[in-house]
Amino acid sequence: MAIQILMPALSPTMEEGTLAKWLVKEGDTVESGQVMAEIETDKATMEFEAIDEGVVGKLLVAEGSENVAVNTPIAVLLEEGEDADSAIVAPVAAPAEVTTEVAVSAPAEVKTEIVMEDVPEGTTFTPTTVREALRDAMAEEMRENENVFLMGEEVAEYEGAYKVSQGLLDEFGSKRVIDTPITEHGFAGIAVGAAFGGLNPIVEFMTFNFAMQAMDQIINSAAKTLYMSGGQMGAPMVFRGPNGAASRVGAQHSQCYAAWYAHIPGLKVVMPYSAADAKGLLKSAIRDPNPVIFLENEMLYGRTFDVPDIEDFTVPIGKAKVWREGEDVTLVSFGIGMQYALEAADKLAEEGISAEVIDLRSIRPIDYDTVLDSVKKTNRCVTIEEGFPVASIGNHLSAVIMERAFDYLDAPVINCTGKDVPMPYAANLEKLSLITTAEVIDAVKSVTYR
Amino acid sequence: MAAKKKKAGSNVSGDELLKYYREMLLIRRFEEKAGQLYGMGQIGGFCHLYIGQEAVVVGLEAAAKEGDSRLTSYRDHAHMLACGMDPNGVMAELTGRRDGLSKGKGGSMHMFSKEKRFYGGHGIVAAQVPIGAGLALANQYKGEDTVSFTYFGDGAANQGQVYESFNMAALWKLPVIFVVENNQYAMGTSLQRAASTPDFYTRGEAFGIAGAAVDGMDVLAVKTAGEMAVAHCRAGKGPYVLEVKTYRYRGHSMSDPAKYRTREEVQKVKDNQDPIDMVKEMLTQGKHASAEDLKAIDKEIKKIVQASADFAVASPEPDVSELYTDILV
Repeated sequence: MAIQILMPALSPTMEEGTLAKWLVKEGDTVESGQVMAEIETDKATMEFEAIDEGVVGKLLVAEGSENVAVNTPIAVLLEEGEDADSAIVAPVAAPAEVTTEVAVSAPAEVKTEIVMEDVPEGTTFTPTTVREALRDAMAEEMRENENVFLMGEEVAEYEGAYKVSQGLLDEFGSKRVIDTPITEHGFAGIAVGAAFGGLNPIVEFMTFNFAMQAMDQIINSAAKTLYMSGGQMGAPMVFRGPNGAASRVGAQHSQCYAAWYAHIPGLKVVMPYSAADAKGLLKSAIRDPNPVIFLENEMLYGRTFDVPDIEDFTVPIGKAKVWREGEDVTLVSFGIGMQYALEAADKLAEEGISAEVIDLRSIRPIDYDTVLDSVKKTNRCVTIEEGFPVASIGNHLSAVIMERAFDYLDAPVINCTGKDVPMPYAANLEKLSLITTAEVIDAVKSVTYR
Repeated sequence: MAAKKKKAGSNVSGDELLKYYREMLLIRRFEEKAGQLYGMGQIGGFCHLYIGQEAVVVGLEAAAKEGDSRLTSYRDHAHMLACGMDPNGVMAELTGRRDGLSKGKGGSMHMFSKEKRFYGGHGIVAAQVPIGAGLALANQYKGEDTVSFTYFGDGAANQGQVYESFNMAALWKLPVIFVVENNQYAMGTSLQRAASTPDFYTRGEAFGIAGAAVDGMDVLAVKTAGEMAVAHCRAGKGPYVLEVKTYRYRGHSMSDPAKYRTREEVQKVKDNQDPIDMVKEMLTQGKHASAEDLKAIDKEIKKIVQASADFAVASPEPDVSELYTDILV
C-alpha cells in the first residue's frame, strides 16, 4: 500500500515551512534514512529523511513552495507493483491534531483602531518579524557603541538557538559575539564583571528557564550593586531571551518569569508583544545604565508586525501602550498575553462590549497612570497574563487599582492567568493550563454583569 | 610546584620592608579596632576580620600595578586598605554612616571604588569569582595590559561557579589571577572535612591552568609568587591559580565561638608564623629599623586607626532620603 509522506514538524513551534529542495525525483528508489528533501523552518534548514523504503511515486509539493503546513502530504512512496495515480486517490490520512490548535491561533488581526502613538504622521512601515526586530536592535546598538557585545550559548556560529542573532557574528566578529559554554551561572557572572569593568554586555539566555541557574548573579550582583556602592557603580547590561511557555516542551521549559523579576528593586523588566516594541525597547534597554531583564517569547518570534521606518526608533521603558480605545472595560496585559486580550476585544466588540486594551510593555517600572486613567474611565478591569496566579502581575495591579481608584470601580478586578500547575506535556492538558481567549471573555462578562 | 620559600630578608631593601610592615600593621590595628567597635555596638550585623592573613593582600598588592583590578569576598576590609582606600571611609561604612564609602548603604561586606578599581565586597560565597573573570574580560576587550586579582577562600573553592569561571577564563585566556586564600577553615569546617583534594593550586589543572602554592604568612614569598602570576597573565598566557596558605586568628565572623579548633592551634601559629613579627624580625636583624623607629610607626598607625574610629562614630547616619536613592541610575 502506498505511503503518504507528510510535511514534518521540525521544531516544537513549527506550524509551516518551506520545501526548499527535493533531493529525489519521481521514479527514484529510496532507502530508509536517505535524505529526501531540505526543509526550511523559521529557525533553520533541515534535512528530511525517508523512514520507509520504496519508489518515489509522486512529488505532491513542488520545491520552493512556501508556507507548507505541517502534515500536508508532500510525496507518495510506492511499494512494488503500485502505480502513482492510484496511490494518490488513496484516502489521505487526516492530519493529526497539530500545534496550530494547541498553542497559538492565527495572529491577532491588526485593527485600524489601534492607537499608534509616538509615531509621526506619514510614517511608513515595514513588516518585520519579532525575531528580525530583535536582531536589528542589537545590530544598530552594536554599530553605535563598541562596548556593546553579545554573549550566550549558541549566539555566534549557530546564530542563536532561536536564530535571533542571525548575521551578527559575520558583522561584528567573535570578539563581540561570544559563544559561551553551557554554564549560565558562570557566564552571567562574567558578564556582570564585564559591566562593572565598563562594558555593556547583552547576555542571551537560550531560555529564561536556564536563567534560574544564574539567579544569584542577576539579583545579588547585577541588581544590587548600585545601591550597595552608594551609587558609585552598577551593571549597565541586558539579560534577554525567550520566556514563558513554548509548545509541548513540558514543565521545566515552560514558565513565565515576569513576576519573579518584577519583585526586585534595581532591575528594569521589559516584556514586549509586537515587533516594533521589541525593537524599540531592546534599543532602549541596551542604552539603559541599569540591568534590564528583557523577556521575549518563542511563540512570537516568527510573528510579523509593522515596524516604523524611523531611523533610530526607540520605545521608552516604563511606558504602556493603548492598543485600542474602549469604554466598557479595561484589559491590561503584556507579552504574549496581548494576543488573548486583543482577540477577546475583537469578539467582545461583536457583542457590543467596547474594551480598552493596554499593553504594559514594561513590568518594572509599571506605567500605573495609563492603567488608572483607563480604569477611571471604564470602571472595570481584567488583567491577562500567562504566568502563575499567585503573586502575579495582575495581583499587584489589582492592589494598586484598589488603593488608588477604589471609588471608580463598579466590579472587582479579575486576574486571568495561567493555571496553578506545572506545565503538563499532554496536548489537551497543556491547552487547559494556558490562558484562553474564552476565559478573558468570560471575565469581561462577569465584570460587566452581562 | 609550590613556589620556593624565599630566604627571609635577602635582596630586600629596608624601605620596602618598612612599607610592608606599615601596611600590615595598619590592617591589623584597623581590624582590632573594628572588633572593639563591634563589641561596643557601633558596628552591626556581620563583621569578618582579616587578622593573621595580612601578608596575603599586602604581598599581592606589591605585585600589582596601576590599573589592575581586584575584588574579594565579605572579608574585605584589608583589601581596601591595601589598595589605598581611605580608612576613614571604610570604618564609617562599618558603622553605617553617611561618610562611609557606600554612604552607609553597603556595610562591612559591600564597598567599592572605581578609582582604585576595587570591585567589592561580595556577600555570597564565590559569587565574586566569575565577576573577577568578567573584569579580566573587560580588560582584555579594551586592550588593556591589566590583570584581575580575584580573591576567594578555601570554602568558596568548592563552589561550582569557580570551575565554570576556570573553564571560560582558560578558554578565552583571560588575564585573571585566582587567588585562593586558604585559611584552612570554611567558617567552622576545616578543609580536611570539606575538600576532597586539599591542594587548591592544582584545581585549575583540569582546565590547563597553571598554579602554585605559597606560604601566605611570608609577605616576601607572596610578593614573589604574585609577580610570577602577574607576569604569566600579562604575557597573554591566560589565567593563573595562586593558592596562598594562611591562617585567620579570629573567628569566621564576630559571633563565631571557634569550637572547631583549639586555642593551642591558634597560639602556635601566632607564636611561630605571625606575618608581622616575621617582617619585624627582618627589620631589626637587618638593622633597617631600631626599636624606637618601630615604636614610632606603631604610634603613627594607632593614630590613623583611632582617627578612623572617631570619624566613623562622629559621622551622622545617612539622611532618610537616601533610602530611595541609588536604586536605578
